[in-house]
Amino acid sequence: MSAILEACGLDLRFGAVRALDGVSLDLWPGEVVAIVGESGSGKSTLLRALAGLATPDAGRVLYRDAEGAAHEVHAASEAQRRRLARTDWGFVHQNPRDGLRMGVSAGGNIGERLMAAGARHYGGIRAAAAEWMARVELDPARMDELPRNFSGGMQQRLQIARCLVTGPRLVFMDEPTGGLDVSVQARLLDLIRGLVEELGLAVLFVTHDIAAARLLAHRIIVMRHGAIVEEGPADRVLDDPQHPYTQLLVASVLAA
Amino acid sequence: MSPVLVVEGLAKDFTLHLQGGVVLPVLRDAALVLHPGECVALTGPSGAGKSTLMRCIAGNYGADAGRIMLRHRGAMHDLVSADARLLREIRRETLGHVSQFLRVIPRVPALEVVAAPLRARGVAREDALARAAALLERLNLPARLHGLPPATFSGGEQQRVNIARGFIADCPLMLLDEPTASLDPANRAVVIGLIREAKARGAAILGIFHDTEVRDAVADRRHEVAPLEDAA
Repeated sequence: MSAILEACGLDLRFGAVRALDGVSLDLWPGEVVAIVGESGSGKSTLLRALAGLATPDAGRVLYRDAEGAAHEVHAASEAQRRRLARTDWGFVHQNPRDGLRMGVSAGGNIGERLMAAGARHYGGIRAAAAEWMARVELDPARMDELPRNFSGGMQQRLQIARCLVTGPRLVFMDEPTGGLDVSVQARLLDLIRGLVEELGLAVLFVTHDIAAARLLAHRIIVMRHGAIVEEGPADRVLDDPQHPYTQLLVASVLAA
Repeated sequence: MSPVLVVEGLAKDFTLHLQGGVVLPVLRDAALVLHPGECVALTGPSGAGKSTLMRCIAGNYGADAGRIMLRHRGAMHDLVSADARLLREIRRETLGHVSQFLRVIPRVPALEVVAAPLRARGVAREDALARAAALLERLNLPARLHGLPPATFSGGEQQRVNIARGFIADCPLMLLDEPTASLDPANRAVVIGLIREAKARGAAILGIFHDTEVRDAVADRRHEVAPLEDAA
């Protein structure tokens, strides 16, 4: 088995700010990895660079597809990258408005991605949309409603359904529970955990919620000032943190 | 019979960066051998490092020096240098751990929590849930609680969920950190039974038991963990 995603020596500057400073990491099939760190640590930038949404100044990202062929993400053409994003990858944005089309019905949001991946049979697309709405605990009877009629938590679940309907192998999530009420967060975490296990997805997610990272991730990567300061098995990073910054992060969490 | 676990020259310090970099040495040159079918009780005064030693073996704490050789899929692997993927595979198939506290996703029912280790090994959902239900019943957790999340349970009930989750997968090596701490006598007896059955099927068990009655009922020998001041 080899890594599904490998990044090596990623650098990215925004003016004087080093958003990414020599970042290397790998992600393996079926592995769930959380990237934690405070605001401005570069974790969202890293996610975007890995997914090809931001271009690093130096370094490379390698994606290995189901057939074992390696694709260098930033060397690929725009068309190739778009094809990967449509078929092999999913990206869940923190704000569902960035991942959904707000002027298109809930069912249309799911169906649109299927059509982009090549599906043409209207009945089949509609059935798949209904099935995925049910899987993310949305009422399929509401598939013709616009997303704006849904609550934030429901919109986020719709975005996840839109992402997963094409059967991606690799999913990027940027603060997937970020803007939600705490009660809704737990439900969404459970939903994500169940889908990830069932589908055997590789997931890379950014969060500042340490408790969510412990429960969802197999491995945790800690970022500060654009660099990885510590990484390891999730429970070890949180229970036996080595780096001063990780110790501060863990010590700052309020126990409920 | 060849050992399941061989710990050699294990050292562990804690460096507290938020307290001016104070270094707390806890383990030096710790050694331990565990064979199939035996139960070894870690003994020693509070603070001697029993839990630290156990957590290093669980992979929950990283070791600073030494080796933790563990038999997994017929070969010995060093946990000290194992990467996250190997550790995950070892935890899934070989190393069971009943920690003192239960940590679970808030909304997940107790039955699913207990069945999860079997599901992770590829056991069909119905079978896994049926075995989880049987084990919870044996631990006197009534069926009406199985569908509820453990966060709503008493301390003793949560501990029984934790024990069931630890024992359900029949791991060849089990680590038990105070498994009977908040249990009544009837449930203590059930846990003693589970430990004896695990030994009978060839599992090696390492436990911390403050309850001497339980310890004497299950342990074949004791392994003294001495505080470092005394050792020096």
